[in-house]
Amino acid sequence: MSAVADARAPRLHPKARLSRDDVRGRDVLLYPEGLVTLNTTGVEILKLCDGTRSLADIVATLERRYATTGLAPDVGAFLEGLAAKGLVTYGP
Amino acid sequence: MDPKPLWLLAELTYKCPLQCPYCSNPLDFAGGRFKGELSTAEWCRVFREAKALGVLQLGLSGGEPTLRPDLEDLIRTAHDVGLYASLITSAYRLTKERLAALKAAGLDHVQISIQGADEELSDRVAGTASYRDKIAAYHYTRDLGFPLTVNVVLHRRNLHQVEALIRLAESLGAERIELANTQFYGWALHNRDALMPTKAQLDEAWQVVQRERARLGTRLEIVWVLPDYHEQYPKPCMGGWARAYMTVTPAGEVWPCHAAGRITTLKFENVRDRPLEWIWEHSEAFTRFRGDAWMPEPCRSCPRKAQDFGGCRCQAFLVTGDAAVTDPVCSLSPHRPLIDAVVAKGERDSAAGRTDGQWTYRAAPASRALAAKG
Repeated sequence: MSAVADARAPRLHPKARLSRDDVRGRDVLLYPEGLVTLNTTGVEILKLCDGTRSLADIVATLERRYATTGLAPDVGAFLEGLAAKGLVTYGP
Repeated sequence: MDPKPLWLLAELTYKCPLQCPYCSNPLDFAGGRFKGELSTAEWCRVFREAKALGVLQLGLSGGEPTLRPDLEDLIRTAHDVGLYASLITSAYRLTKERLAALKAAGLDHVQISIQGADEELSDRVAGTASYRDKIAAYHYTRDLGFPLTVNVVLHRRNLHQVEALIRLAESLGAERIELANTQFYGWALHNRDALMPTKAQLDEAWQVVQRERARLGTRLEIVWVLPDYHEQYPKPCMGGWARAYMTVTPAGEVWPCHAAGRITTLKFENVRDRPLEWIWEHSEAFTRFRGDAWMPEPCRSCPRKAQDFGGCRCQAFLVTGDAAVTDPVCSLSPHRPLIDAVVAKGERDSAAGRTDGQWTYRAAPASRALAAKG
């Protein structure tokens, strides 16, 4: 992930909505005619994707929260996967 | 694990200003069985019960759902309980102000039908001048930031417009276009001969879809609902009977799909009498064909049974009179000749130039007349 890419600010596409699926004990991202199941980390990442925080900020926040380093590739890949489905966009 | 529903189709009313001859509503929608629409409070209770049961996706349909003056209240409740709400509308007389109010209430996604790629054909199929309202509403939808699905039902009179329909959806900035070949239930079954496409029409449209998918990539999702009479094997209808879907009709009957109410050999429960959970778990209508214990041959020993679940129970009933037999669309079904005969008639009509067969528009007087005939 280059420094330029890290400056991009991801956000949820307006068509996607986080919801809690209590019956199946999971968090989900809902969109027209479909859903993606999220793990706890996925939810935490998406909650930080507000369109103003940069990807670098999001990674740094998570690394502090979990007292770890080297999360950038995983976070980047997770968001790229959702972006490929049109569920995450990168805005200025 | 026992299946839990993911989807609820809420048919809020059977009133509709459009008169499409392939409408999936019951032929007798204007009859006594469907009198007495659920109140705002009753629908809100249904939405809460549905979410507690596992439902995540809500379709607000009809008839024409925007005819319900309390639609904003219903959407607010659906949103508050965590359902993803899609409005499935004709957009007739739908204003930007109303759409903005629905958005403010929490509506997530809008699906607007169109009956043809141009005004003349669209209005002729709809039986109501509605094309201009639809085009205006598509733009409002995008202006307001909704994800948009363009819904089209395909049949012999509009299959030649598939490319123009895809280009229209593209120009509107839609997320999705649903190209649903007519499935023969409700009014579509009644008008089957006038709607039946030819193999050549279907092949040509499918070529267009493949070409356009390659051109558009992820910019526009093109959903193609198979014309099952022309297939060799049945569709995995609803992902299996009572596994993921439920439909609640305007007056509160609960069906495993929006066509199931026509199966006269099943007893359907009503949300006015029973909790939704009980209906899902215990009612005859939901348990009768769940799983595969009900299956006769050729399904019982067929390796495809986990894939297509024996096809569609409604189609089995409507074509053979028995909901518990293999979907007659299946080439292994002893009833397949009934389907072949209808398809062959469509080919003969087309070859003879008889492509303008009359259909009955979906309207209350026709519905009452058909209900009286039984």
